Amino acid sequence: METLYVICVGVMTFCGVFLCLRGRTFSVVVGLTMLSYAVNLFLFSSGRLSLDGAAILGMAEEYADPLPQALTLTAIVIGFAMIAFVVILAIRARADLGNDFVDGRDPPDSDKLVKPNRGKA
Amino acid sequence: MSLFWITAILLIGVLVPVVTERFGRTVNTLFTMLAPAIALAYIISLVPAVLAGEVIVEYLEWIPSMGLTLSMHLDGLALMFALLILGIGLLIILYARYYLSAKEASGRFFAYLILFMTAMLSIVLSNNVLQMWMAWEVTSISSFLLISFWSSKSESRKGARMALTVTGAGGLALLAGLLLIADIVGSYELSVILASGDLITQHALYPVALILVLLGAFTKSAQFPFHFWLPHAMAAPTPVSAYLHSATMVKAGIFLLARMYPVLSGTEMWFLIVSMTGLITLLLGAYVALFKHDLKGLLAYSTVSHLGLITLLLGLDTKLAAVAALFHIMNHAVFKASLFMAAGIIDHESGTRDMRKLNGLWRFMPYTATLAMVAAASMAGVPLFNGFLSKEMFLAETIHSSALGYVSWIIPVLATLAGIFAVAYSMRFIHDVFFNGDPIDLPKTPHEPPRYMKVPIEILVALCLLVGIFPNIMVGDLLAAAASSVLGTEELPYYSLAIWHGFNLPLLMSAIAISGGLIVYAYRNHLYRFQAQFREADEKLIFEGVVQTVVGWATKAHDGLSNGSLQRYVSALLIFTIIITAVPLINLATETTFRPDQAVSGIEITAAIILCLSAIATVIYHRKRMVALITLSVVGLIVSVAFARFSAPDLALTQLAVEVVTVILLMLALFFLPQKTPAESSPSRVVRDVGIAAAIGGIVATINYAFITQPVDSIAEFFLANSKTGGGGTNAVNVILVDFRGLDTLGEILVLGVAALGIFKLLARVRLAIPSANENGLAWSQDRHPPILAMISQSLLPLALLVSFYIFLRGHNMPGGGFIAGLITSVALIQQYIAHGVDWVKPRIKVDYQTLIALGVLIATLTGIGSWFFGRPFMTTWFDYFDIPFIGEIELASALVFDLGVYLTVVGATLLILANLGKLTSVHRPIAEE
Repeated sequence: METLYVICVGVMTFCGVFLCLRGRTFSVVVGLTMLSYAVNLFLFSSGRLSLDGAAILGMAEEYADPLPQALTLTAIVIGFAMIAFVVILAIRARADLGNDFVDGRDPPDSDKLVKPNRGKA
Repeated sequence: MSLFWITAILLIGVLVPVVTERFGRTVNTLFTMLAPAIALAYIISLVPAVLAGEVIVEYLEWIPSMGLTLSMHLDGLALMFALLILGIGLLIILYARYYLSAKEASGRFFAYLILFMTAMLSIVLSNNVLQMWMAWEVTSISSFLLISFWSSKSESRKGARMALTVTGAGGLALLAGLLLIADIVGSYELSVILASGDLITQHALYPVALILVLLGAFTKSAQFPFHFWLPHAMAAPTPVSAYLHSATMVKAGIFLLARMYPVLSGTEMWFLIVSMTGLITLLLGAYVALFKHDLKGLLAYSTVSHLGLITLLLGLDTKLAAVAALFHIMNHAVFKASLFMAAGIIDHESGTRDMRKLNGLWRFMPYTATLAMVAAASMAGVPLFNGFLSKEMFLAETIHSSALGYVSWIIPVLATLAGIFAVAYSMRFIHDVFFNGDPIDLPKTPHEPPRYMKVPIEILVALCLLVGIFPNIMVGDLLAAAASSVLGTEELPYYSLAIWHGFNLPLLMSAIAISGGLIVYAYRNHLYRFQAQFREADEKLIFEGVVQTVVGWATKAHDGLSNGSLQRYVSALLIFTIIITAVPLINLATETTFRPDQAVSGIEITAAIILCLSAIATVIYHRKRMVALITLSVVGLIVSVAFARFSAPDLALTQLAVEVVTVILLMLALFFLPQKTPAESSPSRVVRDVGIAAAIGGIVATINYAFITQPVDSIAEFFLANSKTGGGGTNAVNVILVDFRGLDTLGEILVLGVAALGIFKLLARVRLAIPSANENGLAWSQDRHPPILAMISQSLLPLALLVSFYIFLRGHNMPGGGFIAGLITSVALIQQYIAHGVDWVKPRIKVDYQTLIALGVLIATLTGIGSWFFGRPFMTTWFDYFDIPFIGEIELASALVFDLGVYLTVVGATLLILANLGKLTSVHRPIAEE
């Protein structure tokens, strides 16, 4: 089961990272969301995987580790706040710059060098 | 009174001149002199104790747990320097009163000067190397301000920048050296370090530490090859030059050498580096000084030369040499300060410093000329003046030295040669300026300066004479005290401070130097002609060139790495991550033993397949944004199922609720963003990104596998054991959130609130184009709020609120709590926004979401503070059981109130984000796609 679990985490990380490397803001937001799922699962698994062991006293014989769960719970909520912030930033960037490129300008994805003094352009 | 008061009073003294500037120059000067005078009086009151051999040490605990203590000490060496710094400093202030014109900002000038004085004094009084280094840096900065005082002149700015660059770079080297030494010894206290000489010199890192410390000292005291900044610092007002280049600044480097002498000296390396550097500097400075036509330029190179002399003495392997070095520090400070002041008077009263124009000034200012002649004679080492005594000691020590083995004879020979040049340039200072024909084209007709401008020089010249004639009475005890702290022993080698030691070799060398100097001066024109064949290198141009080159490299490196593309930075960061994690991972596999996998059931395999397929589908369809969003939400759902499966019901609930909110948010966002992503990545780019992503995914999976198959050694037992008894709840996860790690949770809801407020500001006055049709060109439905959806949502609301209330209440004992309840409430309310639109909801929900966030954070904080009133630490939980009629026994805990704060913040933040984004759809009417 552990092998299966880490394969899932690995696949999600792969998808998240690949999307984060795209040139458009929405892809990056989707990638970040995916990556935060992977990170949450990763963090959570530091308490090891146990079945039928919810950390509610008196409900199980052997309890799962409650600490990573508590940390992951806040991580999920904070992750949501972060995604929300990034997506609103993307909207604001679209409104102010008139495009949705991560680099804020055309062309985002070519191998041509982007000049550093972008403010003057 | 304590030694700390000295720096405290002087620091207050920095402000005094700024405040009193409006009362005129004289009042300003007198008030400025107050703080140094008090400090000097206090130091003088300590003189008997220090001369008796006492070392005054004082501590002020700062962060004792980190070994950071402010500490001051006053021993013989520190006393000698403190007297020089404060004594000459006071004379400089008086002199500057007459030197600066009424139009100049004397308040600012004096403030810089006192700041510099404070820093310099702190260097010599520090008993902690870090503290000393701080003061060292402040001298670099304040001297920069002083040198660039006439900031309208280009040469002032350039000179100041050069001085700051050189001494600042040396300061960094010094810091590294001091940290190394402190690391070897295990203490920052100078008193500890001074007692650990053998430990340091025998340590493997001693050569590194020595070179770093010497770099600091040599840059500061303008030793070859760092001497070039000093002549350029002459662009400063003359009182500054007189102060910085006689008693302070450049002497800080010498002080450091003397301070570290008991610890770092005694090795072959020290003698070789220090003596050779000193010797080269001594010769070079003396030779170049002769050819300088600028009065201050001559004095500058003479200072370089004398600093070389002192350094050479500290690098000779006899104990007497160190004594001679200390004696010369005092003497040089006294005669050089008076010479600079005399040069300043000449410049001030005649309008130029060019010795080709200045001739025959004796007729105009005989009194100043006499004073200058005495000081110059002292500089040349003429008998009856103080310079002669220390120079005689210096010559004697060069003879006794064996620092260079068989070629040690070269030291006295070269020392005599330098002596010849010293006499020649001193001669030039006197003869060329005060005699030698008539002045040529002077801007002003020279005359004697104001009465009190001469007082500082008179005092110093009197000292030259008194020390020169009665050395033992004047400075014998002080020198002995300073020498014993440098040599680290009470028993000093035998020496006698007297003018006459009989006919001996040093006297002969002096005689050669004086007669040789006179001959060289007489035939100087031949030397000038010889020297004129060489092209004079302008250090300023070379320095600027080096700086420009370095800046050029830095710019090139920066532009290469940072081209403004965020995409590029992300890939660089990820590639770097792959590189630094790969190596430990390779070793990992061989070192660990794995726990066998648990059995897998069909459900898990099915869920994993769905998850992986939807994740990959998200990537494949990421250019069709709506489809990607749907597949993404499938992934999120499976993740929450996974949490439920692996015994984390709280997480499953949270993930489920967050999933809903996230998808609604992203759909709303999609409304304002383009619907499709055009294909723009080049194939090679895609291949590269797949490679990076695969490597990162593989690494994450490997690390994850490596640790989840390890036996657990967790602190979970503590939480499980104390959750009921200490926190009053059976749901350990919730108890951790609101009790054990309550402070973390408080931090997290604060972050949530701040993020929401940030979004609120980002959305303020945003100008968005709203598409009039979807990606396929179909117009949006006119039926904005379908009645069935509206009806069902509305009737579901009370039920949803009830559920969230229930989840909230039971959270302490069963899965649930503030976070989950808050999210459920939010979803229920968002449902109303979706079904009815913002315009309908707004008048019905009159809650201001910002207030809700503030209220939530406030409640949570106050609950935490509440425990203070019961004498408990922040966030201690209180709980008890109550028997309430009709309901039965119920447990009430203060954690519940804290959880209420969490709940309110989550509701407020979520709705603030979504409602504000949603509002944009109604504020603007649909506009055509751009």
